[in-house]
Amino acid sequence: MKLREIKEILNAEVIVGEDKLDIEVKTAFGADLMSDVLAFAKAGSMLLTGLTNTQVVRIANVLDIAAIILVRGKKPPAEAIALAKDVHIPILTTKYILFETAGRLFAKGIVGCLEKVEAGSERI
Amino acid sequence: METGMIARELNLKVMSGADKNNNATGGYTGDLLSDVMANAREGDIWITRQVHQNIVAVATLKDLAAIVLVNSCEPARDTLEKAMKENVVIMVSSQPAFELSGRIFNLLNSSK
Amino acid sequence: MRKASSAVWKKLKPEVNASENILVKNSFDVDGGNFDTAGTVSTRIKSILKEQGLPSDVVRRSAIVSYEAEINVVSYAKRGVINLTVTPAAVEIAVNDEGPGIPDIEKAMQQGYSTASQQIREMGFGAGMGLYNIKSYSDRFDISSEVDKGTFLKMIILIQKP
Repeated sequence: MKLREIKEILNAEVIVGEDKLDIEVKTAFGADLMSDVLAFAKAGSMLLTGLTNTQVVRIANVLDIAAIILVRGKKPPAEAIALAKDVHIPILTTKYILFETAGRLFAKGIVGCLEKVEAGSERI
Repeated sequence: METGMIARELNLKVMSGADKNNNATGGYTGDLLSDVMANAREGDIWITRQVHQNIVAVATLKDLAAIVLVNSCEPARDTLEKAMKENVVIMVSSQPAFELSGRIFNLLNSSK
Repeated sequence: MRKASSAVWKKLKPEVNASENILVKNSFDVDGGNFDTAGTVSTRIKSILKEQGLPSDVVRRSAIVSYEAEINVVSYAKRGVINLTVTPAAVEIAVNDEGPGIPDIEKAMQQGYSTASQQIREMGFGAGMGLYNIKSYSDRFDISSEVDKGTFLKMIILIQKP
């Protein structure tokens, strides 16, 4: 699905990346805990979160996240917007809560992603 | 929709409050307790990965229908003890928050 | 009284050989307590590794472990240094901080264990996943710590799997 369609489904406002609405996305990851995002989110998926600090953008960059969708009408601070422009990561904001955002996207065929981290390495 | 029905439909493992059958009228997904305290509504089913015992107090204070832990996160021992004492429903799902929220949202919508 | 503790986890035999051809050697300072700049070193490391043309999986895993380690320095320590070394065989990220140290490494390695402040938690960190993530994403991970002195981490991500 194109990011443009995601924008329609969520009645979202594009904060960064008006020129990137034609990228394709299939999966999403919803979380407010950044360590969970780092542990589980797959490259190329959308990150749905209520957090707006610059760390969210840095993590999205580290993980090759396709787009950040802010929920509950949250607006990022200016530094986060500047950083997102720098690293070319689109940010959209929707007025829906995370629960409803996930519900609407899931109903349209977006699936969850959970990258299994190989746990329990050999101890020496 | 009753929490027992949601558990059956979505294959959730009921950890506490099995005898309670609260009516879930909506849902809230979030991992920051202050956010849930501020924004969840009475009767919401709360989807989170937080396993700390404070989640029980939040569910009680906000009159939430149930807590559902995602990614197969098990409640901490003191969380479970507290939930049993206060008769708060805690259930566990193997799915990530996005997918579980998606399924519960659509389940609640279809029953309206 | 000071207490030193250390632990080593590995999935593969150490592959970094000191005599090997060093492609990149860089050192970055990290400011303890400064969440505005937290993560900038890791962003920089990621672009350096990308410029080297390393496989995207290696770049991603290196960026994740360096980010988690950087956030730990910012969250707990006074200051720290991240050293990046790249050879044809592996990426090595070593982090040395001056800070409170970790009294019980075994405990700190457990998923969900955290001593983070409420402020750190509200930013979405401190869920007790950091060291666990670092261990999971690196091919070799060493940690040692001395209470009231600091913590040392070394992560190796292999470029060519044996």
